[in-house]
Amino acid sequence: MSLVTIRDLAVSFDGVPALRGVDLNIPPGGALGMVGESGCGKSVTWLAALGLLPGRARVTGSVRLAGDEILAAPPATLDRVRGGRVAMIFQDPASSLNPVHRLGTQVVEALRLHRGITGGAARAEAKRLFDLVGIPDAARRLDAYPHELSGGQNQRVMIAMALAGQPELLVADEPTTALDVTIQAQILDLLNRLRREMGMALVLISHDLGVVAETCDEVAVMYAGRIVEQAAAASLFARPTHPYTQGLLAALPPIDGPRKPLAAIPGGVPEPWAMPPGCAFAPRCPHASAACQARIPAHVAVGDAHSAACILAVREMVPA
Amino acid sequence: MLRYLATRLLRALLTIAMVVTFAFVVLRLSGDPALLIMSVDAPPEAVEAFRTAWGLDESLWVQYVKYFNAILHGDLGRSMRDGRDAIQLVAERIPATLALTLPALAIKIGIGVPAGIYAALHRNSLTDRVVMTLAVMGFTVPSFVLGLLLVLVFAVQLGWLPSGGDGTWRHAVLPVVTLGVGGAAVLARFTRSAMLEVLGQPYIRTASAKGVPWHAVVRGHALPNAAIPTVTIVGFMVGSLIAGAVVVESVFSWPGVGRLLVVAVANRDLAVVQCILLLVAITMVSSNFVVDLLYGALDPRLRQSRAGGAG
Repeated sequence: MSLVTIRDLAVSFDGVPALRGVDLNIPPGGALGMVGESGCGKSVTWLAALGLLPGRARVTGSVRLAGDEILAAPPATLDRVRGGRVAMIFQDPASSLNPVHRLGTQVVEALRLHRGITGGAARAEAKRLFDLVGIPDAARRLDAYPHELSGGQNQRVMIAMALAGQPELLVADEPTTALDVTIQAQILDLLNRLRREMGMALVLISHDLGVVAETCDEVAVMYAGRIVEQAAAASLFARPTHPYTQGLLAALPPIDGPRKPLAAIPGGVPEPWAMPPGCAFAPRCPHASAACQARIPAHVAVGDAHSAACILAVREMVPA
Repeated sequence: MLRYLATRLLRALLTIAMVVTFAFVVLRLSGDPALLIMSVDAPPEAVEAFRTAWGLDESLWVQYVKYFNAILHGDLGRSMRDGRDAIQLVAERIPATLALTLPALAIKIGIGVPAGIYAALHRNSLTDRVVMTLAVMGFTVPSFVLGLLLVLVFAVQLGWLPSGGDGTWRHAVLPVVTLGVGGAAVLARFTRSAMLEVLGQPYIRTASAKGVPWHAVVRGHALPNAAIPTVTIVGFMVGSLIAGAVVVESVFSWPGVGRLLVVAVANRDLAVVQCILLLVAITMVSSNFVVDLLYGALDPRLRQSRAGGAG
């Protein structure tokens, strides 16, 4: 059984749709990467699933955690899920930690809420978590404030705090975007190691295909509020099927061969209030035809656990 | 930290000295007390004698040095009208003023802060709009208009409360409400915007994402951050405890420092005016100083930069 099952999740802000029907399955211990440009809905998917969007957001669909519906669940239920079963870390670690509370206090708060540990035991456990995520001089760092640590160290604190509730799923929303490249690699290694050691599932949200390729078993590519292609990581990178995915991969610089200009995808993402009829990518797509505007293309299985939402995609496009 | 305190203290003393100097110069240049206090048709010799007696015949510079020296020795001069010590005249009025401004401060904080927090937490709701409309009205209506309005309704029409004067707690009700409403409105708007700013910060989302119940997010994560800017405004209000009621005391004929100031200015009773201004400067500066120390207690980022010796 899936750990998390999302069906037809849609979100609109003041009537403007931001997420237009997303289906996802996260198996226990699995690692899913979600890629796409900013505004494509990859973060909104998880903020909506956990009830973290502001009140003006309208959320419809279904999000099941181990079979139980959590979308629009009562606050008390959600508070036990958030941080306890599904934890989330964010893009900018420095501003994601409360500036007026000590780091240890912020981790201990999660320990108290989800594991009922308080006092000296909580402090000892917080120190163990700091050690686990590789914060040097952990005991002293417990008493530090966020502004006293670097971005990378703060992200480690965020991860330690996320682990405090022993979650079954960690959603990492662009966890390395605000960090420099060497720190990025360290944080990704850490997430990988923790996932293996703790048997925790991971959703890695990123606009960086490279980051996702290194870390995830499976990848979902999002465009304009929908998943346009989903596959095992190896399959997706070997045989990208949706023209948008092909465009993304073509835009990556090759590591060898002669230098050549990067192939950018022409045009821009359509504004959410002015979506074209049919396929949202059609206006930028090199293979677009009149048929693309007729209706929104359904997902077609193009191979073993590989599907794409394109009318040109056909079964067995990707040999097993 | 010690260096920081010393710098702050020095700056505070400098501010007070500047206020004293400014008040001294403006008062001397804006009219001759001798002509005001003596009758207009007083013989010139009498006016001259008055000037000599009060040292007004000396050059401005000499007067200033003497005045400053006296202050440093704790002598704030005597009233030109009745010859009593200025400090004593002012001190007698302070309890009456505090009897208005302290309850008013309690109203400002007791109503303004919770109203602002509530409005922020229910942003764009009907309650939010009602609270904010009242707040805009509360601080756009000048206190003398509000005071007269209250007199009209509660003293003249309903006859529930006296329209002015002093003696019983009933006399204090209207002036206290007049003072409190405006400040509560300012504080409500300020608290609301401080709260909204904080509620939009990523760390609030982090707290929710780790399963902190909403009421605890508000209490434990939002309020301590929103308190930092709000303390500034409360500090100003504390600083104006002595001189913040000039208009209201005049409207309600309340015998406080404010009315003494109005009368003393009109009479060019130099020592009394200067004494009040000095007192006001000291309260303002000390409350700012306390606010500064509170910042340090509330905000670890500031605390650290101070410990490092930077101002």
